Amino acid sequence: MKHFFKKGSVPFWGFGILSGLGVTLKNFIDSYFKKPDSGGVTTIQYPEEKSADFEAARNFPFLVYDETPEKPRCVACGICERECPVKCIHVVMAKDEAGKPLRKPAVFDIDYELCMNCGNCEEVCPFHSIFMDHDYEIASYDRSSLLRPMSKLLKSNDYFHKVRPVDAGKTDAVIRAAQEKKAAATKQKDSAGGQ
Amino acid sequence: MTLLDEIKKDGEILEINFGPQHPSTHGVFRMRVLLEGETVRELKPVMGYLHRNQEQIAENTTYAGIVGFTDRMDYINALSNNFSYCLTAEKLASIEVPERAAYIRIIMAELARLINHSAAVGFLLNDLGSFFTPLLYALRERERILDVFEAVTGSRMMCNYFRFGGVKRDLDEDSLAAIKTIVRKFPRFLDEFETLLTSNEILCMRCQNVGVLPADLAVNAGITGPTLRASGVNYDIRKIDRYGLYDRFDFKVPLGKKGDVYDRYYIRILEMRESVKILEQALQALPAGDFIHPKTAPLLRNPRNFKPPVGEAYGRTESPKGELGFYLVSDGTPQPWRCHVRAPSLINLSALEAMCLGQKIADIMIILGSIDIVLGETDR
Repeated sequence: MKHFFKKGSVPFWGFGILSGLGVTLKNFIDSYFKKPDSGGVTTIQYPEEKSADFEAARNFPFLVYDETPEKPRCVACGICERECPVKCIHVVMAKDEAGKPLRKPAVFDIDYELCMNCGNCEEVCPFHSIFMDHDYEIASYDRSSLLRPMSKLLKSNDYFHKVRPVDAGKTDAVIRAAQEKKAAATKQKDSAGGQ
Repeated sequence: MTLLDEIKKDGEILEINFGPQHPSTHGVFRMRVLLEGETVRELKPVMGYLHRNQEQIAENTTYAGIVGFTDRMDYINALSNNFSYCLTAEKLASIEVPERAAYIRIIMAELARLINHSAAVGFLLNDLGSFFTPLLYALRERERILDVFEAVTGSRMMCNYFRFGGVKRDLDEDSLAAIKTIVRKFPRFLDEFETLLTSNEILCMRCQNVGVLPADLAVNAGITGPTLRASGVNYDIRKIDRYGLYDRFDFKVPLGKKGDVYDRYYIRILEMRESVKILEQALQALPAGDFIHPKTAPLLRNPRNFKPPVGEAYGRTESPKGELGFYLVSDGTPQPWRCHVRAPSLINLSALEAMCLGQKIADIMIILGSIDIVLGETDR
């Protein structure tokens, strides 16, 4: 017992330990009788139940199409490819037989292995085409399935509305406003040309 | 004759490698330790296992793209790194930050400090052998803050939230209410945590007078952060530089007396209490306004237009681990010419040997845990 009373250290009466045990006992009892936000069990049984989604949450990028996957919003401008900090995006613009660019991607690959979920591509896209998904269950046994070609990346606008309702609504409003502005401008131009 | 030869001669000395796979080294970190019996005679830190070449990568990335990489340095509190980096880039390009954005930054940085200190204390107790009870209590509180981070920034840990001249997204009412609830409940958690730990005799006996770092050695070795303040040196960059809007807040800088492991533990508890005070004041005073400066808002869409004038800048903040500084050199292109990081974890490690000499081998782990390093930042 003598060495417990070292100079400068607390005497070993055990009150600190007992009050600490009181805390663990209180937490143990609370875990059965209280709600999660006031001291109850905060864990969830993952594969069976999932925690709520946050609107702003981001995982991996995907591409949005409006009507059919053949007509994506993306015009293959390559800004996301240039701004991606880890260079995981690869875009090639489609061309017709004469070699004229078609303003849509022929190849759009994203390497999910490299992607670091920063969300910069979503930020810089001027055509509201690339957005961050909420799908986190993409684990697989082989690496090749993580290299996503355009066919796997394209998802409908309805899906976008389902996972991120507020952002999708805002984006739709922006696109509609731009279209109306453009329509008004062409109408004005037409009438001016008619005169 | 070196120590090693001396030991080999009488066969009393054992050379062992702690790590890099040891669970208590907080990542991949190795210590080459010479032991005489159980007493440490020499200790050499070996690092570089997590080197990811981030300073070189930064030279090939736009200024805004680097923000995402700074998250990966000190991955426990990504927002403090964002803060330090953005402060430097703003200094380089002389960008002003609107008041609301500055307040949001301080709220986020102090929440990150709560996360870091609660995790650091939890892992320290794990190293001490109190398996998972204090750690899980700390992680339970941390989860609530991480939920706010996910709702505001989009990601739990790799936030990528600060931008030049402000932040990426505004704080909405729901998140503000959630932060207020956290700030209201956090002191209760700290009280509970202190009842569990501070007066616990086993913790006192394990931690007191172990790993003493004298104040003069701490200053000479360039130690910063809670480790320095535990030795009794009043040095807090929030008070000295008064960057951001820290001059508007009323908070104290807790100081230790002896500089042992117990002081370093207790300083973190006290700092969390001060952070809660700052958060209360910031939430009360949060003004309305822009969350990003109108002049730099277009840079969100066109990061390549951010071309700071030729020059250099060093910006530093008080990250939870110490002085986190970024040194940027610009040559007028959208990419920095050089981006150097003054990482507190790396420099605080330089006093590890001095703290460990003469201690028992079981104390190495708690001394390392009390410095609170993150290997992502040490090796970069």
